[in-house]
Amino acid sequence: MTSPRELWQQAFDASPSRGADFATMSGVPLAPVYGPAEGEHPGVYPFTRGPYASMYRSKLWTMRMFAGFGTADDTNRRFKEIIRSGGDGLSTAFDMPTLLGLDSDDPMSLGEVGRCGVAIDTLADMEDLYAGIDLGAITTSMTINSPAAPILAMFVAQAEKAGTPRARLGGTLQNDILKEYQAQKEFVFPPRQSMRLVRDTIRFTAAEMPRWHSISISGYHIREAGSTAAEELAFTLANGFAYVELAIAAGLPIDTFAPRLSFFFNAHIDFFEEIAKYRAARRIWARWLRERYGAVAERSLQLRFHTQTAGVSLTAQQPEVNIVRTAIEALAGVLGGTQSLHTNSMDEAMALPTEASARLALRTQQVIAYETNVVHVADPLGGSWFVESLTDEMERQAEELFAHLEELGGGSLLEGCIKGIEDNWFQGRIADSAFELERKMNRGERIVVGVNRFTEGGSAAMDLLEITHEDEQRQLQRLGAVRADRSQPDVDAVLARLAAEAADPEVNLMPCLVDAANAYASLGEIMGTLGGVFGRYVEVPVI
Amino acid sequence: MPERSNTGERVLVGKVGLDGHDRGVKVVARILRDAGYEVIYTGLFQTPATIASAALDEDVDLVGLSMLSGAHLTLAPLVVQELRARGCTAPVVVGGIIPEPHKERLLAAGVAAVLTPGAPADEVERVIREVLDAAAES
Repeated sequence: MTSPRELWQQAFDASPSRGADFATMSGVPLAPVYGPAEGEHPGVYPFTRGPYASMYRSKLWTMRMFAGFGTADDTNRRFKEIIRSGGDGLSTAFDMPTLLGLDSDDPMSLGEVGRCGVAIDTLADMEDLYAGIDLGAITTSMTINSPAAPILAMFVAQAEKAGTPRARLGGTLQNDILKEYQAQKEFVFPPRQSMRLVRDTIRFTAAEMPRWHSISISGYHIREAGSTAAEELAFTLANGFAYVELAIAAGLPIDTFAPRLSFFFNAHIDFFEEIAKYRAARRIWARWLRERYGAVAERSLQLRFHTQTAGVSLTAQQPEVNIVRTAIEALAGVLGGTQSLHTNSMDEAMALPTEASARLALRTQQVIAYETNVVHVADPLGGSWFVESLTDEMERQAEELFAHLEELGGGSLLEGCIKGIEDNWFQGRIADSAFELERKMNRGERIVVGVNRFTEGGSAAMDLLEITHEDEQRQLQRLGAVRADRSQPDVDAVLARLAAEAADPEVNLMPCLVDAANAYASLGEIMGTLGGVFGRYVEVPVI
Repeated sequence: MPERSNTGERVLVGKVGLDGHDRGVKVVARILRDAGYEVIYTGLFQTPATIASAALDEDVDLVGLSMLSGAHLTLAPLVVQELRARGCTAPVVVGGIIPEPHKERLLAAGVAAVLTPGAPADEVERVIREVLDAAAES
């Protein structure tokens, strides 16, 4: 029997090295990992201590800064600034109309165009968004869910027009619709119809986009909506199991798609609990994928995740303090072994970040990566009695919640997650946890610096990013020009085909969606056509 | 905090536009409910017109809007206009991601008060009480 240490050593020896000097500032040489030979090791099942044997000695995390505002031109300039400042991945924020599959000239879009992300109406906007950026060389993440399939189709269409074939595109589609109903609330179609689109994207990317992550299963929004750390962990992994069951039911062998599932977690301010959460996530995922779903490929078992620091931990009061919060949260993500990281900017409790504040947030990551030496040793907190115990506790709480969902779904996590949404179970639990935290803050049991303690001393007024009405007007003109230039009969024909194909649940809609993108059909037209077949989801409002 | 008697007063809390962030609105709804108000939550994706008609139908004393998507300068004044056009005098309070320079513009457009992220429950209760008292006097 090969010991965990020997398995780790084999994997470590096969890993590339960044070639940095892996020693303390005083010259003490550091081992890549510490712990007993028979204990858990990074890169070795169940991967509690990290997905890879060498972790940051091979490659630092991707510094992936989330950005998007105004028109595609505005955001393209911000992307290029991020690349110039040393960011090495792109992450696209879409505006509310785009997130809900509405065109900028839809009456419901009034006042929302380009406000909290970039406005994308047609392929023309997508072309401007990534103009001059080599999408074969940099990976791109897109935070989009209800319209994930048509947005992926537009992304593929623009990249291929610019000369990069789909097989070379690397990146991530968020495409996690279950958490929209649970927490983020940017839903359009009912859950089962939405899951059909998720299935289509998994099939399409598994067959044609080997470098693409089909879903980023996201706890971030669940936590932002108010859940506890254990709820974030459990709901996110349960959603992950639901997508696995969806793809298996669609006839895909698990090891053809599971290696392309990735995760996205929050880094909140409770430092050790966050680290324990990431460690527990890796262990649970590996165990469930192997034991319950029969995955064999190592990459199917290795949970890899993106991290974003907690937006809800930021305060409008004394906003400079947010820099400190973000640094601590980012460090938790790194000590927890994240594969990519976004750090929030200090001004985000008031507005989208300015270029200067976003650069400072990126610099925070660079200090952790290049000055602190925390990257030299994998899972540096592994073996801490405290952190190991907290990891076990996170796992225990998550398993309790899985058991509830399994019961709800009659043995199926897929059915359990959908039922939990339809019954408002997730939504109720998240709202309860949010209110409980609020009560603790109001009673002073939970201190927030500058809010309920240490409130003296205000802050100088900050320069904030302004999205103007003119940005909205420019986008409306642009959409009008595209509509005037395109071939309307081509658009009508492709939308008619889309409606027909949507009515047959066996058809994969992705090829038709790529054709619709190439015909410059707008996102609103595409989503409206699908809505005519799928219907709309209306949430029952509960307090 | 002393027990206050807010019984009988009705507050509508709503989400106007496309913003799905509903943590704040739900927390505020519970804070106000626990403080003794009758609270009506509209749910997501309302328009200024649906908010105004709900406010009339429910005969509310105050309308609270939760806005975190940056559309506040466009949508909050439209809600005020829709309410007044229908003869509803209920004051409007906005809470959410509101940059400091926008506060004055919202107040000038007829919004009675603005709350920002991190506002503690006590402050929410105090501001709502003050706005209701001011409205009762005018």
